[in-house]
Amino acid sequence: MAVIDLANPTRFLRLVTRVLPWLAAVTLIAFAIGLMQAVNAPDDYQQGATVKIMYLHVPAAWLGMMGWVVMSAAALGTLVWRHPLADVAGKAAAPIGAAFTFICLVTGSLWGRPTWGTYWVWDARLTSMLVLLLLYLGVMALYWTAEDPGRGSRAAAVLTLVGALNLPIIKFSVDWWNTLHQPASIFRAGGPTIAPSLLYPLLGMAIAFTLLFVTLHLAAMRNEILRRRVRTMRLMQAQSLAEARA
Amino acid sequence: MTMSFAQEAGFIIAAYAVTAFVVAALIAWVVLDHSAQRRILGDLEEQGVTRRSRRSSEI
Repeated sequence: MAVIDLANPTRFLRLVTRVLPWLAAVTLIAFAIGLMQAVNAPDDYQQGATVKIMYLHVPAAWLGMMGWVVMSAAALGTLVWRHPLADVAGKAAAPIGAAFTFICLVTGSLWGRPTWGTYWVWDARLTSMLVLLLLYLGVMALYWTAEDPGRGSRAAAVLTLVGALNLPIIKFSVDWWNTLHQPASIFRAGGPTIAPSLLYPLLGMAIAFTLLFVTLHLAAMRNEILRRRVRTMRLMQAQSLAEARA
Repeated sequence: MTMSFAQEAGFIIAAYAVTAFVVAALIAWVVLDHSAQRRILGDLEEQGVTRRSRRSSEI
């Protein structure tokens, strides 16, 4: 099957139905391994055991941003090629990305209190991440409240592309401004500064969370395709009832 | 100033509990939404409503 064939919703549904159980099983195994690594990882010499929060906070932050990257690619597909599956992908990714961004903010706050002595500061990294959550909520509102789904999708796609400007701000906020949040310690020019005994469990959890994101996204896309079929069938039913009455 | 392990444990447990709750809510949303859409589609098909593509493929 060529990749272009997957652009057909029916073929996509068939493939997702076959792949999802396997993907869910692999995700479960990845979480079992990742959590075992996280539990057995040593404490940080400065932060003590609270460093265990990193194994949730960092992958959630990455996936909160990845969700927006997925939505931005989908927004291009919606606006440029007007492909229905691109719109489905964008709409399905929004609540999942929002959930990961929420996890990032809450776990960061719970990590900040014992580490920095405060749950929240209005520094550039924390504020830009909060803006990302608000953007997610805005896009979801556009998708779910628009009377005409087509217009709602296009408006959401435009907001998604505008909101993508926030991604480099999040990434480089710790370099551009003086922040309480620490600078990049993994994806940086000179390589990771984090000790391997903490880095490998972090990468294990990042893989598990990424698999979870992909599994949930495919499942949510399947649901969205079915929801659109329901809408089409209801419109057809209403149309045939109106014709019968005329 | 260092915190006692009991205080640290509270923050760690809270972080893992919130994450587990949000992930469980996401999974429940996806699973329940799927069964709801399947049920509605089944009801519509029982009422004789079929999609145009399905009809043309049956001919």
